[in-house]
Amino acid sequence: MQKELWKGNEAIAEAAVRAGCRAYFGYPITPQNEIPEYMSVRMPEAGGVFVQAESEIAAINMVYGAAAAGVRAMTSSSSPGISLKQEGISYLIGAELPAVIVNMMRGGPGLGTIQAGQADYFQATRSPGHGDGRMIVLAPSGIQEAADLVAEAFDLADIYRNPVMILADGMIGQMMEPIVWHERKPAELPPKDWAALGREGDGRTHFVTSLRLQSAENEVFNQQLMGKYQQIARDEVRWEAIDCQDAQIIIVAYGTTARICQSAARKLKQEGIRVGVFRPIGLWPYPYEALRKLAEQDTVRSVLTVEMSLGQMVEDVRLAVCGVKPTPFYGRTGGMIPETEQVADQVHQILREVKA
Amino acid sequence: MSQIVYQRSPGLKDVETHYCPGCHHGIVHKLIAEVLTEMDLLDTAVGVCPVGCSVLAGNYINCDFIEAAHGRAPAVATGVKRTHPELPVFTYQGDGDLASIGTAEIVHATMRGEKFTTIFINNAIYGMTGGQMAPTTLEGQKSTTSQSGRDRKIHGLPVRMAEMLATLDGMAYAERVCVADIPSLNKAKRAIKKAFTLQQKGIGFTFIEVLSTCPTNWGMSPVEAGRWVQSTMSQYYPLGVVKDAEVPA
Amino acid sequence: MTREIIIAGFGGQGVMSIGKTLTEAGLKEGHEVSWVPSYGPEMRGGTANCAVVISDEPIGSPVVNRPTELIAMNGPSLAKFEPNVLPGGLILVNASQVEQKVSRQDVKAYYIPSMEEAGKLGNFKVANMVMLGAYIKATGALKMDTIAQMLSHIFTGPKAHLVALNIKALEAGAAYIK
Repeated sequence: MQKELWKGNEAIAEAAVRAGCRAYFGYPITPQNEIPEYMSVRMPEAGGVFVQAESEIAAINMVYGAAAAGVRAMTSSSSPGISLKQEGISYLIGAELPAVIVNMMRGGPGLGTIQAGQADYFQATRSPGHGDGRMIVLAPSGIQEAADLVAEAFDLADIYRNPVMILADGMIGQMMEPIVWHERKPAELPPKDWAALGREGDGRTHFVTSLRLQSAENEVFNQQLMGKYQQIARDEVRWEAIDCQDAQIIIVAYGTTARICQSAARKLKQEGIRVGVFRPIGLWPYPYEALRKLAEQDTVRSVLTVEMSLGQMVEDVRLAVCGVKPTPFYGRTGGMIPETEQVADQVHQILREVKA
Repeated sequence: MSQIVYQRSPGLKDVETHYCPGCHHGIVHKLIAEVLTEMDLLDTAVGVCPVGCSVLAGNYINCDFIEAAHGRAPAVATGVKRTHPELPVFTYQGDGDLASIGTAEIVHATMRGEKFTTIFINNAIYGMTGGQMAPTTLEGQKSTTSQSGRDRKIHGLPVRMAEMLATLDGMAYAERVCVADIPSLNKAKRAIKKAFTLQQKGIGFTFIEVLSTCPTNWGMSPVEAGRWVQSTMSQYYPLGVVKDAEVPA
Repeated sequence: MTREIIIAGFGGQGVMSIGKTLTEAGLKEGHEVSWVPSYGPEMRGGTANCAVVISDEPIGSPVVNRPTELIAMNGPSLAKFEPNVLPGGLILVNASQVEQKVSRQDVKAYYIPSMEEAGKLGNFKVANMVMLGAYIKATGALKMDTIAQMLSHIFTGPKAHLVALNIKALEAGAAYIK
């Protein structure tokens, strides 16, 4: 199959179309503008719907409407815009509607910067909106993986009737890499017999809602949601472990940061230091077990977390490692990107401290 | 020999509503139900009911419904109608919802000429949350957040949504009605029917504002509340057709 | 072999397009490639740069902090990126815009008056192609033929005459590499 050069944002948009997305609603914000721009052309071609909404709030609610009517729908934004979408994400969770939301993270807080960041980790994995809701979060570290994960995201959303987020940093959106468009076998999906598309033959109506005024009923619903999340946490864990067997140091990183850490690991390997990179592909659910097992290896002296934030995923790393090994942290934030050399320096420092 | 002269519309589910005595929601629900029945749209219609007293409309009107976040019904309806242009789609929104938190959504849906119908229930107050001031609360009208009465110097004057939205080219039909007496009620039903008819023709956005009661939060009896709509509300919010794109201005 | 290239200049100098052409050509020749732009609020006239990696192994970081090669289209870009070039690296300076010389002794430098060369060909827009020609000749990273083939795919129909113009620009740049 032929390799084609694609820009991240455009690849994500095209992957959505190929995955059967037939409704895209968005609002301009850097660094994800190529997604709505691409969709404005491509959606009508594919027989789908594109609307530039009046706000991120409206966009996520258009997604809610299209999803409630049984259509594969997507929106995309970047950090400040995702904050605005959180209301809608909570309603999607509460009404058990499938949808895909792309966050091309930039540096915050507030308006922050348009350069890449990873400081929305807590928001995505801990609190996608108000209430006891969870969202599957997938974090590509390259364009091929971004395209592949978008297709997977739509299936996961339909299977679990829950929003799924593609959490990428602005660098993934802006960069170009060669990718191959794989033919995907259609997943077996449950029928959308809940969709509000008109009454059933027997006159039965559909009412898509997140309102459960009776507290007892709402508690039961939340418990059902939790059951679903436990199943997801068991069955939908995704990660990649690169050279982690018998490593002295394991670096944990995701997205662009994981790529930088891989470069650092290669450089360190040339110096004779065995460094593995553990890369969570799913951020929720988090690969706790896999990471814990690798960290428990006798060879491992330390588990270093690197992020474009001041320390968010590191909390999950610490939950996984559970104190059996030191878990130092290195982060750049506010739109700054860690350099390969800086990561390598961190490893050198850790090894010096271990020896001392 | 008995003869049926009146019965529950098949457009209404066989349940009791939770609305207060004298509230007009039930009447407007019935009119919508009758119109959908008469137009044979019950099997295909999709209603969108956002936060407010009527958030449970899907339990009462016998067609499909989607509950929406406060103010967002026009965006949700856009998502439904754009992906399913063949379905008759309507939103059913209160005044806090449509004229306050959801102004962006209703203005832009109108501007885009979205081909759905909005039934706007204007009762000049927040009902569900307990009688706070709405953008539509009349000057001097008391509410729990304007306890000395709405003051134009502090709160500004109430907004006439039908007129405001009718300035936008996407508006195909806008009419203000009330259901406080039988002739008005019949007019209101004709207006709702016209809106759905124009929606079926696909000429643009259609908007019916219904002046409505909230006896509980107004502190009035049902009868007083109905009279107040006619004597006071309709003075500030004039009844009648505000815009009809089919009739040249 | 991994080449990490930074191409930098003013917006509108074709900086991004040099990078994209290199990336595309690298892909055509079967290498691993990546392209990362700087992106900012300045759409035109501001500073712009992109980083290209061409490698024979899977690319780790697409972000380039220590380039093996630098193409500096303006003075600020040379000042900013010269110190970062790896020892033994290469700097190509657009001499039409940049008055200063490369001060480092541990890198190779070439000075190409790209605008003058483009002017001789009657089209200032191909100045970036002059620089690209110099880069390809100086590094041997890619084949000139690959670029020529790509050009013949980009410029077709009424624009077909631009193929020859662009190839001449590439050759003009290459001629500065001795």
